[in-house]
Amino acid sequence: MSDFTLSELLICACADVWKDDGEVLATGIGIIPRIAQGLAKLTHSPELMITDGEAYLTETPVEIGAKSHEGRSYGGYMPYSRVFDALWHGRRHALVGPVQVDRWGQANISCIGDFDKPKRQMLGLRGFPGNSINHANSMFVPNHSTRVFVEGEVDVVCSVGYKDKNWQPGVRRDFASVERIVTNLCVMDFGGPEHAMRVISLHPGVSFDDVQASTSFPLILAEDCAETPHPSAEQLALIRKLDPRDVRARQIKDNPPGIRA
Amino acid sequence: MSLNKQMTTTEVVAQLQDGMTIGVGGWGPRRKPMALIREILRSDLKDLTIVGYGGMDMGMLCAAGKVKKLIYGFVSLDFIPLEPFFRKAREAGSIEALELDEGMLHWGLRAAGYRLPFLPMRAGLGTAFMHNNPEIKTINSPYEDGETLLAMPAIKLDVALLQVHKADQLGNVRVYSPDPFFDEWFARAADKTYVLAEEVSERLNTDETDAKANLFERSLVSGVVEQRGGAHPTSHVPGYGWDAAHIKRYCQAAADEGGWQAYVDEFLGATEADYQNAVGGLDAITSLPRQVF
Repeated sequence: MSDFTLSELLICACADVWKDDGEVLATGIGIIPRIAQGLAKLTHSPELMITDGEAYLTETPVEIGAKSHEGRSYGGYMPYSRVFDALWHGRRHALVGPVQVDRWGQANISCIGDFDKPKRQMLGLRGFPGNSINHANSMFVPNHSTRVFVEGEVDVVCSVGYKDKNWQPGVRRDFASVERIVTNLCVMDFGGPEHAMRVISLHPGVSFDDVQASTSFPLILAEDCAETPHPSAEQLALIRKLDPRDVRARQIKDNPPGIRA
Repeated sequence: MSLNKQMTTTEVVAQLQDGMTIGVGGWGPRRKPMALIREILRSDLKDLTIVGYGGMDMGMLCAAGKVKKLIYGFVSLDFIPLEPFFRKAREAGSIEALELDEGMLHWGLRAAGYRLPFLPMRAGLGTAFMHNNPEIKTINSPYEDGETLLAMPAIKLDVALLQVHKADQLGNVRVYSPDPFFDEWFARAADKTYVLAEEVSERLNTDETDAKANLFERSLVSGVVEQRGGAHPTSHVPGYGWDAAHIKRYCQAAADEGGWQAYVDEFLGATEADYQNAVGGLDAITSLPRQVF
C-alpha cells in the first residue's frame, strides 16, 4: 500500500504499543491514540479493555465523532474512580500526549517556565504522576521538534522516567516503564544503554539525521532500525470504519501523505 | 421526622465565610453546581480556597477575585483544554496553587473523610510535585518491605458543593450520571455539604435499583437546593449537555480587555432566573443535547 496518510501510518504505529500487553485497560488520549486503541483491539489485541470515552467498557470500539449513542453496547463499567483503582493495580497502558519530553522519558503537561509563576499554564499534572509510577506508558508526539524534546530536564516533571537522581531511596521503580514514543518522524523506545532513547523505526522518507536535528539531546539508532511498517489494506479499512468522518485528517498540519516526498 | 433541609442558593451562600476551604464536585465541564457558584460570584466572599477537578467553577471564581488558593488535579473544559481565566490567574501569579495528581486529590479527600492524617500512595514520587511542595512528606512502610511512600495529607473541607439530579427534604440524593466522579469523597471530607438538585421532593421513596443512585447518605447533607438547570453551562447527564456556544463565549471574554466584567454584566444578573433568561431560558438549557464522546 502506498496510498495512505501520515495520520494513518501513525495510527498503526500507535496501535502497536499495546501489542502483547494482555488484558489491560488501553487508554489513548487524543484522536490518533483513540483510533489506535480501537485498531489494536480489532487486530492483534482483542483482549484489550477500552472505554466508550466516557464511563463504560465496550468490546466494540466507538466511532470517532459519532453524533449519537445509538447502537452502542457495553460490557462493563469504568468510571474515573475505577480507572484509578485499575491503574494503581497496574493493568493499564496509557498512550498520552506530552508537551515536553526529556532524554529520561520524563514528560510535562503542567506549565512552561517556573511553577510558582508560569510563563504558560497548561493542564496541570492530571494523571501523569500516578499513571507513570504504576503502569506502562507510551507517548504520542505529532510535532517532533527541539521544543518538545528539550535539552536538560522538562520544566515540570509530571511523569517519572529514568533519571536516577529523581528517585529517592526505597521508592519502588519496577512498576514504572516508559515504553514507546511515536512521533510524526519515527518510533522510539528506551532500549539504549542505561535506558537511553533509541530510534527503532523511521517513517518512510525520514532519515535518522532528520530526527536527530529535531531533538535537543543525542539519540541512538537501533541496530535493527527499519522503516515503520506501512498500513495494510485491512488496517486502512478498519481505520475508515473507526473514523468514518475522517477526523484523523485534521490531526497533522496539512494532512501530509504517509510517504514523505 | 420533621427534618427539612431545603434552602435557597442565597441561604447556602449566607453559611459561607471568607477564607473557607470549599470543595466543588463534578469534573471539568461536567456536573458542576454552577447556580451555587454564581451565588458566590454575587456575594462579597473572598480569600476562598477552592478544591476540585476544576472547570469554569474555578475559572470564574478566579476571574472574580474570590480565590486565595486552588487545590486541583487539573482545570480544563475538555473540548477547550485550557481554562482561560485559570491560566490568567496562574500566569499573573495572583493565586496560590497546590497542583495534585488526580488520584492524589481523591486520596486526600478520602483521608479527610476517614478522619486520618494521611493515606500512603505512590503517585507524586519521582516528580516535580515533591520539589514544588516540600511540605508533603514521605513515609517508610513499617513492614518488611520498607517501601518509601508518599504520605498524602488529608484535604479537609469546610464545605462541599455538589450537583445532583434529585434530592428530598431529608437530604437523600440521587445521581444518575454515567460517572459519579468523586463527589462522595467531597461530601465525606467536608464539615457541611450543600447539594444543588434539579428537583427536590418531600420524600424519595423508590425501588432498590433507584436507591442505588443514592451516592452518599443523608447524614452528610446539610442543605438541599432545588434549581432546575442549575448546572448550566456545564453538563448534567441524563438531562442536558454542556453549552458549548456559551462556554466559547465565556472563553472569548478572557481574551478581551474588561471581558470578565462584560460577561458578568451580560449574564450573571441578580438571581438565577435573571441568569437563565440571559442565556436563552430554562427550556433552552434543558434541551441542550448530551455530548457524544
